[in-house]
Parts: sequence; C-alpha cells; structure tokens
Amino acid sequence: MLIAPDRGPVLQAIDVAKSYGGVRALRGATLELRAGEVHGLVGENGAGKSTLIKILTGAVRPDGGEIVVEGRPLLQHSPRAAKAKGIAAIYQQPALFPELSVAENLATGVEAHRAWGRIDWGARRARAVQLLARVGARIDPDAEAGDLSMPEQQLVEIARALGADAKVLILDEPTASLAYDDARNLFRVIGELRARGVGLIYITHRLEELPEIADRVTVLRDGQTIGTRDMRDVTRDQLIQMMVGRELSAVFPKHAVAIGEPMLELRGVGCVPAGVRDVTLDVRAGEIVGVAGLVGAGRTALARIVFGLTPADAGEIRVRGRRVSIGSPAEAIALGIGYCPEDRRQHGIVPEMPVSANVTLAALDRFSDGRPLGAFDFARERSVAADYVRRLGIRTPSIFTRVGSLSGGNQQKVALSRWLLTKPSVLILDEPTQGIDVGAKAEIHSLMVGLAEQGVAIVMISSELPEILGMSDRVAVMRGGTVVEVLGRDEASQEHLLAAALGGHAAPAA
Amino acid sequence: MTTARRTQLKRELPPAAALAGLLLTVAIAAPSFFAAGNLRDVALNNAATLLVAVGMTLVILGGEVDISVASQFAVCSVAAGMLARSGVPMTLLPLAIVALGAALGALNGVLVGVLRLPSIIVTLAMFVAWRDALRWATEGAWVQDLPRDFQWLGLAPAAAQTVIVGVAFAVLALFAWGLRSSGAGRALYTVGSDAEAARLAGIEPSRVLLGAFVVLGALVGLAATLNAVRFTSVPSNAGVGLELKAIAAVVIGGTAISGGRGRLLGTLFGVALLGTIGTGLAFLGINPFWEKAIQGGIILAALVSDAVIGGLESHVRFVSRARPAAG
Repeated sequence: MLIAPDRGPVLQAIDVAKSYGGVRALRGATLELRAGEVHGLVGENGAGKSTLIKILTGAVRPDGGEIVVEGRPLLQHSPRAAKAKGIAAIYQQPALFPELSVAENLATGVEAHRAWGRIDWGARRARAVQLLARVGARIDPDAEAGDLSMPEQQLVEIARALGADAKVLILDEPTASLAYDDARNLFRVIGELRARGVGLIYITHRLEELPEIADRVTVLRDGQTIGTRDMRDVTRDQLIQMMVGRELSAVFPKHAVAIGEPMLELRGVGCVPAGVRDVTLDVRAGEIVGVAGLVGAGRTALARIVFGLTPADAGEIRVRGRRVSIGSPAEAIALGIGYCPEDRRQHGIVPEMPVSANVTLAALDRFSDGRPLGAFDFARERSVAADYVRRLGIRTPSIFTRVGSLSGGNQQKVALSRWLLTKPSVLILDEPTQGIDVGAKAEIHSLMVGLAEQGVAIVMISSELPEILGMSDRVAVMRGGTVVEVLGRDEASQEHLLAAALGGHAAPAA
Repeated sequence: MTTARRTQLKRELPPAAALAGLLLTVAIAAPSFFAAGNLRDVALNNAATLLVAVGMTLVILGGEVDISVASQFAVCSVAAGMLARSGVPMTLLPLAIVALGAALGALNGVLVGVLRLPSIIVTLAMFVAWRDALRWATEGAWVQDLPRDFQWLGLAPAAAQTVIVGVAFAVLALFAWGLRSSGAGRALYTVGSDAEAARLAGIEPSRVLLGAFVVLGALVGLAATLNAVRFTSVPSNAGVGLELKAIAAVVIGGTAISGGRGRLLGTLFGVALLGTIGTGLAFLGINPFWEKAIQGGIILAALVSDAVIGGLESHVRFVSRARPAAG
C-alpha cells in the first residue's frame, strides 16, 4: 500500500489491553494517528485515556495488542524507546526542571557537547532562541523555568518536544488550567505544528474545543475504543452519547428526598493562603450539593477549610445552626463533619493497614472509651468492619486484607465506610468516583442517596459534569476561589455549568 | 488477624533465628554461659538499653528517630547523682529523673512534632548540645561522694537487681500491650504509615509524635536512674554509644525505619542479640575486639533482610497503587 508521506499513520495502537491487578484499565483500545493531524481523544474519567497515553509514551507496558510507529511495531516499551521514536507528551502540570534556565531545560537529554564534555553555552542559547521562536513564545531563554507562568512553561515543553524531533506530540488536557487568551495561543501553536507534519493527540474534557482544532476524534469508554470519527461528521451530542453510551438519566439513582434544616452554612468564608474568598453556601439535611468548577477553582481548597485543614480567616461557618470555628480535622470530626479527600490512595486510606483498621480510624475513641484500662475492643472492630464490608459490598478477601491491595472502587468504599461510622451530619466527598469502574461508581452513588435519605448533608465535589447533574439537588459553581453561581437541579445543564466555570470568556457550547 | 500476623512474624523471624543460633552455639561450646549468675549479669547490663530501645521503638514507629538519647541519658545520670547528693530522698529521685527525661524528650517532641523540623537533625543538634553542656557544667568530673543509700536504692543488691530487671520487663510488657491494644498505639502506627492520612482521620500527628518523644525521654530518665544506682559514682560521660545500640536493636528487631511497621517483641530480640554477643564471644574464647564488627554485620544483615521483605511488599504495593488514576 502506497500512502502519501504526510498522510500515513505515524502511530497506531492496535487492540491494546492493560490490567492492573484485577482491574482492566484497557481492553481493546485502538487509535490511528496520521502525520499532520490533530486527533482528539475523549472519554469520561476512568475510560482509559491516561493508561493509553502511558503506554504510548512507554511508561507502562501493555498486556496485549501492538503499538506501531511509522509502520514498524514497537518492540521495546520504555520511555527511552518511545522518545527515540519521536513520541513526546505534555501533561496538564508542566514537568520542567524549575531551578534550571529555559535554555538548560531545552537542552537536557538532546544536546551534543564539545570535547571534554564541555557545554557549548553559545550554541545552547542559540538553539533555545530558535526553538522558542518556533512556538511563537516571547520567553527569555535565561529565565528560570520555575519563574515562568503555567502557559509559558507549557510552551517551553512544546519547544523541548520539538527540539527532540517529536513526530508525535500528545497533549493531555493542556487547556485545563489555561485562561482564554493562553488557550487561543496554544491552539495557534498546535495549528502550526500540524502544518509542519507533526501528529498530535489532543486529550480534552472540553468538547467544544474539538471542532476548532481537531481533524478526527476517537472516543474511549470503559477501556475500549468506541469509534473514530471525522470531526466534520460528528456533533457534540453524538460524542457525548458515544462517551456515555447510555441515557444520562438512567445512570444515576438520585431521587428526591425530604430536605431538612441547614446543616452547614458558610457566610463570606475565605482563606487567603488557600486562595478562597467570600464563599456563601448552605447545605441542608438530606441535600446533595454538587460543587463544579475547573481544576484550581478552589473546590478542594474550600473543602479543606471546612474540614479544618486550612482554617478560614474570614467569614462565618455554622454547623447545625451553631456558629463554629474549625481549627483542625479532629475538631471538624467532633462537630460531625466528614471528608473523603480527592486522591484516596494518597491520604483517604492508609494502604498499609488492614480494612478493619481503616474503617475504624476516625472513630478510635469509640472502641476504647469506657473500656477497662482503655483496652481497644478488637471484637467490636471486627464485627463493625465485617458489617460495613457486607453492607457496602466491599469486595475483599477478608477484613484483615491490606486496603492497598484492593481495587480503586473498593478502596473508596472503605474510605466512605470510615465516615459512615462517625455518623456525620455533613459529609464532603471530593471526586468520590474518580478513576473507579462503572459498577462501583453506581454503588457509591446509591450509597450517597441512602445517606441523604438518613438526613446527611452531602457536599459532592466533582469534575464530571454528568455526575454533578445526575446526583445534585443544587449545584454550586466555583471559579477563581469563590462560588459564582448556585443552580437548582432543573436549571443546571452541562452548557450552563461549563460556561459558569469558565467565566467571561466561556466558549459558547457547540 | 491471620495475614497481618504472618507478615509481622516474618519481620521478627530473622533476629529470633539469629538469637537462637547464637544461644545454641554458646550452649554447645560454653554451657557455663547459662549459669544463673551470668544470665543475671547479662540481663542487668542490658536493662537500661532495653528501656531506651522500647521508647526508641515508639519514636521509630512514628516515622522519626532520636539520636540524642545517649546525651539525655548522661544528663539524667549526672542529675540523679547531684540530686541524691543534695539530699533528695531515694524514693523521689526516680520520679524526678523520669520527669527530667520527659522534659528533655518534650523539647525534641515540640521541635519535631509541632514545628515539623527533621528529627535526625534536631536530635543530632541535641546530642551535641547536651553532651557538651554537660562537659562544660561538670568539667568532666564524675559525681562522687554519693549518699550511702544511692547504690542499689538502699536495698539489698540482689533485691535491687531483681527490681531493675523486673522494671525493664514490666515496661516492655506494658508498652507491647499498649501498642497493640490502645487507641494511642493504633494512632502511632497510623501516623508512622501516613501522617497526612492520620490527620484526615482526625488524629493529630503533632500530638502523637510529641507523646512518643516524651515517653522516650521518660524511659531514658528511668533507664539512667536504674543504671546509675548500680554504682557508687556517676561518670559524666555515661551512656556513650547508647543511641547506636538502641536504634540498632529496634532495626534488628524488624521495625521499619520509615515507620508504621514493627513490634516490641522484635525489639526485645534485637536488644538480646546485641547484648549477648559480647559475653557470648568471651565465652566462646573469641577476641572481644570482634564484637563491634559483628554488631555492625548484624545491623547490615537486618537492613538487607528488611529490604528484601520490604522490597517484596513494596512491589505488591506498587502494583496495587499503579491502578489508573483517571482515564
């Protein structure tokens, strides 16, 4: 088969599979990238996008399938091999060496040196100037990379990839934390790279960006490629349909429950170091309030304020109608507040410890207070843990199994059961279903509804708009460290939420 | 508790096996080692180390370390002598010195737990500071002319020796029970495993670490008192090398130096192993100059075996943690 050199597939992933433990992250992902093409890659959180990228960049070895670069199967899977084939990736968080200058960053790993290993400073600087010019960046090559703004660092990364002769450039949600103008500039650079024949894989949650910059788009769902479409032939709704694969309303078990008294009231709450200001929000018994917003909008920072991790320095917090000041998590727990943090593997659970100890961790007092010598009541701990394992359907070999060895969904259920045990009046869930499989997700959603029925006031932070829309009684949208809008369940739509989260420059919904 | 127990026992198996091997060798080659008098001497010589190692286990389980224990020990020993000489009754003296030790420990605990300074540097500074402050204060002189009832606490030597060894084992048993069966013990393991996760569960790592350092300091004070009363004078350089012995015993006993894993049973094996080698070698007729080299070898072997066990565990951990973050 003879193909025009600039239109041939520069990179193919064929039927790639990957499992972690018992979890199948990818089970047949196929992607074909042509030279001189911007190829959108979309899918819900947990669909397998990150895993596919890790495989393409050699960070993770696939269990099955094939990666073909310029017609040749890739035999070695290592970051080094991928780099040698001209595959580069740029992530949401720039990965430059912050203490080195821009020119030094651009030189790492690719530079030839003079005799005796001496650095040719003049050539290094000239090369930096030339590469920065190629991405249209006005950046001082002698500046320290860590001093640059986020969008500037991104451009330096792209320049670095170009300097390494990248034929394939993978951009993982590059606009997630960019302001409108910076995103426009990035699109311009992407357009120029495409014109030069670079193949670009563009991962985004912002579907409205795709018609503007992408030629084709591939949709992943539950680790599988659902299809690849020409951007001209597909509408936003069709893409969402492909990503979700089901009617939205059918997915979420949310139903109306009686709304009671306000459990948590925030009045002008702020914390300067956390970048949160003037937040006013009520959450009532039985209510699920979704908190939407972009990464960095202050959602997690707000949760940390309410939980006493970074105490508020302005405004008023009321819990069950009583004005309180919350100076530590211990105080928050005593007031009846629970918090499941965003990355459960980081700190939501203690992976080394068994299921049983993780379940009782926030309520240790209850197992020792009033007992002879304060001896810990192991028998009751076992029965409580076994009870939660049964009620929440936690799939674990035993309650003595290390939590770290369970799947993500089951880890999250353990993290949740810890707070169920404390019987909170306010429960803050930060990305409660991030990176867990569809089945466990639905179980956690049912659990949330069950809690709401018992009168718990739930604050659910989520980046997944369908989850926000499907689970919330009301939605608070955060932007720039404050709540900019609160919408009722019937008023909220993906488009509206996105527009509010993006702010003044919101791209109109496609 | 089956799985947890199995991995725990695995950690304590190497020192137990080494100790058994050593005792077996000695039993065959020099059975007189097991004479009651000798065993009592070995126990008496290691009672102080055991007390300090118990406290050190707590601090290391919390993910920290205390290098300054030997200097604290010297300060407490000299203070014990001076207080006794100034007329403090022998009934109050141990309490006073335990309180002094707790105060020294609290200083470390505030700097490490509350101000979040790295314990290795803080306690290195304290190690030097207390040792040299003491040298300046005493000008190197030993505390002599102690009251008659200082030695053996005014008891008959045999009774006092039983008390010293008995107290050391009672403290060991108390803390072994507490680590397993109290909320505080659970909190300590949690802080050592993941301090931030502990904080998110409402456990204050600063308080837990402060507590561990205070307990260690108090036990150093107790050890210093019980050690000082064995003699008729107090050297101003008491306890030199104690920090190495205590930390080594903890590590040999299978407690992870990174915190969160380990038990006092292992520490007991570690103290016993380090404490019997010297005497054991003497009984076997081996040049005692080998003692330190062999101790060093044991510490290395303990670290290697921990790395092998830990390596397997962390491999499992890596695989389980490497689950996809988001698609």
